[in-house]
Amino acid sequence: MQLVLERRAERSTVVAIASPLIAIALTLVTIGILFAIIGKSPIEALRVYFVEPLTDPYPFFLQQEIAVKATPLVMIAVGLSLCYIANIWNIGAEGQFLVGAVCGSWLAVKTNGTDVGHWVLPVMLILGALGGAIYGLIPALCRVYFGASEILTSLMLVYVANLGLDYMVRGPWRDPHGLNFPTTAAFDPAASIGTLFEGPGRLHAGSIIALVVVMLGAVMLGRTLMGFQIRLVGAAPRAARFSGFDTNKLVLFTFAVSGALAGLAGIVEVAGPIGHLDPGVASGYGFTAIIVAFLGRLNPIGILFAGLFLALTFIGGEGAQIALKVPLDLTKVFQGILLFYVLACDSLIAYRVRLLRTARKVAPANA
Amino acid sequence: MLETLINIFHLIFSESFILTVVTASTPLLLASSGELMVERSGVLNLGVEGMMIVGAACGFAGAWLSGSILVGALSGIIAGAALSGMFGILTLGLAVNQVATGLALTIFGVGLSGLIGAKFVGEKIAPAAHLHLPMLTDLPGVGRILFGEDPFVYVSVALIIGIWLFLYRSRPGLVLRAVGDNHASAHALGYPVLRIRMLAVLFGGACAGLAGAYLPLAYTPFFIPGMTSGRGWIALALVVFASWRPGRLVIGAYLFGAVSILGLALQPLQLGIPQQVMNMLPYLATVVVLVLISRARGTAGSAAPASLGLVFVPDR
Repeated sequence: MQLVLERRAERSTVVAIASPLIAIALTLVTIGILFAIIGKSPIEALRVYFVEPLTDPYPFFLQQEIAVKATPLVMIAVGLSLCYIANIWNIGAEGQFLVGAVCGSWLAVKTNGTDVGHWVLPVMLILGALGGAIYGLIPALCRVYFGASEILTSLMLVYVANLGLDYMVRGPWRDPHGLNFPTTAAFDPAASIGTLFEGPGRLHAGSIIALVVVMLGAVMLGRTLMGFQIRLVGAAPRAARFSGFDTNKLVLFTFAVSGALAGLAGIVEVAGPIGHLDPGVASGYGFTAIIVAFLGRLNPIGILFAGLFLALTFIGGEGAQIALKVPLDLTKVFQGILLFYVLACDSLIAYRVRLLRTARKVAPANA
Repeated sequence: MLETLINIFHLIFSESFILTVVTASTPLLLASSGELMVERSGVLNLGVEGMMIVGAACGFAGAWLSGSILVGALSGIIAGAALSGMFGILTLGLAVNQVATGLALTIFGVGLSGLIGAKFVGEKIAPAAHLHLPMLTDLPGVGRILFGEDPFVYVSVALIIGIWLFLYRSRPGLVLRAVGDNHASAHALGYPVLRIRMLAVLFGGACAGLAGAYLPLAYTPFFIPGMTSGRGWIALALVVFASWRPGRLVIGAYLFGAVSILGLALQPLQLGIPQQVMNMLPYLATVVVLVLISRARGTAGSAAPASLGLVFVPDR
């Protein structure tokens, strides 16, 4: 007996819609088994992970936390999906996120305590997006002009950005009243994104920006020539070349857009929930967003739901750490397993798995 | 100025610096040797960083629990191979995109290593003993560098020589290269493309696991989460740097090993450069080298496998 793959005549629409759901179901089963192995009740564990954050009573603190976590994930993942659809591999979103955070924070640090007006925050957001875009363009330019693999260069720049952030908050921007901690002073109200509701919840206006990004992303991909080019280059690179589309331009465009969105996510995160710049800003959103992009099937609307789901695993994981005494790294393992299942299920859209009962036989000559 | 240059010169050619370069280069050489074989078979496994960090956690766990460096090394090898097996099943068995699966492997590995290693953070082991040959190791100048290294260093050198012999002087090696260069032709000739690739992937995983295990077993005698700090990615870049040739891989690994510890080594000289900037060196050097190498491609005799990263589903 032997398992073989068989290409489907047409991509299966049913599987295309069901595949992320199947992947999530398989992940939940795997998590349950893992918890049973370490001697915890799987039902209780799944309840803590996935039900408790959603049923938190008024003032809905945990639900707001999910939206807060999902905000940067969704913003970054929408940008990444543009790249991945076109088979362009920006895996350095974490670095673009950090550079965006640093560039935007520059203005907040310079205007700290001066009360110069309300233009500060919008300019910070623009600076963040611009910084992320320029940082994202470095690997794109290296690929277009020198043919260097954008996978490796974009990833290397993550480490560079991390060290750069570390230098800024330990050196020039360190808060003189900060008890020697590596952090800038807390941002002024004019340089901060306020919360949307009264009370302890941290839901902020950045989440609205994320929703706008999702809508613009969906329109761009579905309704514009650029979106069409991106999809065409991904699905049929040869056809795209014959029709005269410039792949290099596409590399620059997708990297600039995904870099800008990652940078915007970075400054939104700093000006919103965090409120100052410190090395803890580097929390791996840029990498988790890769999972979000694939779980959302590289579709902006799908990414919105995928981002909320991944955020749920973060919040649930924090709850599980307290309630079940399991390490926080367990969440990352689940997210990795989820991505494996998503990719495996995606394969079933284009292929069918067949079980061959007998060993392969030589075909008769007249067949 | 001149005095500083002389100081740097003295430092770079000192015995202690060269010894540190060898230790810093060995994990790079081990991991990139494995990846070279994988890529020569036509598969791009971007999960080296993930396999390395799990190899580091399992390697330390094995050595700490058993008290034996050998058991630790074997644990790392098995862990790396097991992870690469998952990669192989997905990319070869289910024809999933190799880039995405490799990324998934790294994300999964980073989480898994934190989970495995959490119990061992703060523990210490006795690091791997260095070779000591009477007479030879005590030779002035070169004695300790040639005959006083830890066993992993000799394994890494033997490994890359073995890979060279295999690829260029053996029939199975020729088949492996054929599979990497044109999987359709290799399949038509009756070679089991997917099985050969699976073996190469497992070998690469074992090498990455060993490279990871080297870090807590010989480099620093303890485990820290994230201690591979991008070495897996640098190993991937090294394969490109070497144009997929074993000989150049050795040169590249040692060059990068030297660059990666330059920052630390220059610290006592007080050059006035922030430490963070010095620590950026290996990553910036990787970008610059990738750019230069990619630009020179074609004239530099690259042996890039033609089927690298392409999905292969055999037709019946």
